[in-house]
Amino acid sequence: MSETVIKIENLKKQYRLGTIGGRTLNAELQSWWARKRRKEDPNLRIGEERSDYGKPFWALKGIDLEVKKGEALGIIGANGAGKSTFLKILSRVTAPTEGDIWLNGRVASMLEVGTGFHGELTGRENIYMNGAILGMTKKEVDRKIESIIDFSECREFIDTPVKRYSSGMYVKLAFAVASHLDAEIMVMDEVLAVGDMKFQKKCLGRMGDEARSGRTVLYVSHNMATIRNLCTRCIVLDKGALIFDGNVEEAIGVYRAELVKDDLLLRIECKDMLRRNRLGMKSHISTFEFCDVDIPEYLAGDTMLFSVYWYNPEQIRDAIARITIKTAEDELIATSESQIMHNVGSGDHITRFRFNTKNLVDGMYKLVFSISEINEFAQTELLDEIPQVISFRIIEKDLYKNQKARWIKSYWGNIRLDPMTAEDITV
Amino acid sequence: MEYTTHIKAKSGWFDIDLKELFRYRDLVFLFVKRTYTTMYKQTILGPMWLILNPLITVMLYAFVFGRVAGLSTDGAPYFAFYLCSNAIWSFFATCITETSSTFTANAAILGKVYFPRLVMPISSVVTAMLNMMIQLGILVFVLVYYGLSGVELHISRAVLLVPVLIIQTGLLGLGCGIIVAALTTKYRDLVILVSFGVQLWMYASPVVYTFSQIPEKYLSFYLLNPMAPIITVWRHAILGTKGIQGIYWGISWLITVAVLFTGIILFSRIERTFMDTV
Repeated sequence: MSETVIKIENLKKQYRLGTIGGRTLNAELQSWWARKRRKEDPNLRIGEERSDYGKPFWALKGIDLEVKKGEALGIIGANGAGKSTFLKILSRVTAPTEGDIWLNGRVASMLEVGTGFHGELTGRENIYMNGAILGMTKKEVDRKIESIIDFSECREFIDTPVKRYSSGMYVKLAFAVASHLDAEIMVMDEVLAVGDMKFQKKCLGRMGDEARSGRTVLYVSHNMATIRNLCTRCIVLDKGALIFDGNVEEAIGVYRAELVKDDLLLRIECKDMLRRNRLGMKSHISTFEFCDVDIPEYLAGDTMLFSVYWYNPEQIRDAIARITIKTAEDELIATSESQIMHNVGSGDHITRFRFNTKNLVDGMYKLVFSISEINEFAQTELLDEIPQVISFRIIEKDLYKNQKARWIKSYWGNIRLDPMTAEDITV
Repeated sequence: MEYTTHIKAKSGWFDIDLKELFRYRDLVFLFVKRTYTTMYKQTILGPMWLILNPLITVMLYAFVFGRVAGLSTDGAPYFAFYLCSNAIWSFFATCITETSSTFTANAAILGKVYFPRLVMPISSVVTAMLNMMIQLGILVFVLVYYGLSGVELHISRAVLLVPVLIIQTGLLGLGCGIIVAALTTKYRDLVILVSFGVQLWMYASPVVYTFSQIPEKYLSFYLLNPMAPIITVWRHAILGTKGIQGIYWGISWLITVAVLFTGIILFSRIERTFMDTV
């Protein structure tokens, strides 16, 4: 069981900034001519530095990894950490710039399910098509077609063009084909994030079986729950480097910490930050500041105190402030609203907010602060929003002393509602 | 410990895994089949277009170049002459135009899954070849009609050259197409250039006229165009029109092989990283 099936040595991938994307010969000549005469390049995007042109960017900065047979390896990391590049190289969609990969066995890559599906072809025809694209011969598909159709739960419609399928059926059919590949190594990118819950479960089960039956599974996801469910080992990528390799729970911890390490800020100056749409006109937030703490970390139940400096050119009749709370992985959890602030006069304001953290469980969070106006029809109109996410951490200590049981987020969520009472009324 | 696959950064000059390509032969045929089953969905005449398309073109040629311009056909009946020329030329032209857009037209598939990239241009060529077979069928039909109505036909043993010519045209078209395909990943305007280029190439080849209309002193230069000997030999084989010296066909083969190898080398260098530039 300890046979190595994937061996990666010093894997690097470089992209060039500014040359990505097709250019026309004409544009290339123009740029070349402009550079010759030391004039500004007419084909650069406004604001793009000339020095960035052709500047190398390392998407992967030297990865060494060995994966053994039968392992289910999770790959996690923030956006831009190099996960997708890594999978693309492994599945041979693009070639590495430096380094070597040795593989033992066939690789089935599912960077996307349903690749090559054509709307005009029937389900059955698409099974053959998609199977061939994934590397199956016609004979192999012939042998497995019944099992594929059963798995897809689409038998009734198998001879109907797939353009008549619902998106759910489409995905089921596509996944059914992919999961019947006889490859020793399976590479998957978030493919399970589709379909209904029941089907997802079925797929997860199938993936688990694959790994137990001696296949090697590499799985990229932002969904920590599936990583936990599926993987036996996990690596964390950060800015193209491998920063952790080992136990799944620890890896998730490292990933979480990495996500917020850079932005546990006390004070955010956002006066000159670019706003989306037309925000920041009727009211403009200039500073957000956590008060009375050294770093934004709170014991559960503490009150979070923060001040907001804002300016409004005209009087606002009824204003309301909101903090929207998200997990470190950007999943929305809950929102807290301030009471209505009546007749906010024109000019500068400093407002102090208090937010009780008692319902949040242990972990890293992000918040988005915004100010809205309530008009005479009781509708709220967003006036300004801090364009940067603000991170904070909640720590729970001495759970037992506080009469709390250990909380498992993947089962019960990030919010612990106020306790219900329990009264024994047995006669 | 033996590993079955080695993914490395640099590739050699000629890095095409023919065994692997052969393993994916089913995919070639599925792509061909897909093209056919989807091409004429939601059209009134459906596959009739496969016959109507060349017929209309040929009638146009026969009218414009035969009747109006009065170009010589070396004694062959107009309709058969143009049908014959158009079959081989449109095969070649389709090979180039279809394969040259391989990367750009299929970026969505190619960016998601690996299979030998040559599968796509090859299936384009096979599709074009099948289209040509249909035209050949029409031609045979027309020739039989001529034969029955008493027109003298010159069918000789040279007819055995037909499959060789088809293969050569396919290889040349594939070669040219994949060279352009490799270059279009970087410069999109080549796509536009291709349709112009193919038009120009048609007039530089004896498609609507015969090589005997070319002045003697330019002739040896003219026949360096690899398609010129192909079309001439093709018509000689089918209609019995005047042939050329074998040496020119030999040169045409040399050029075909050279173009094909250049194409494969360029293609194999580009295919590994083209996803980063498309």
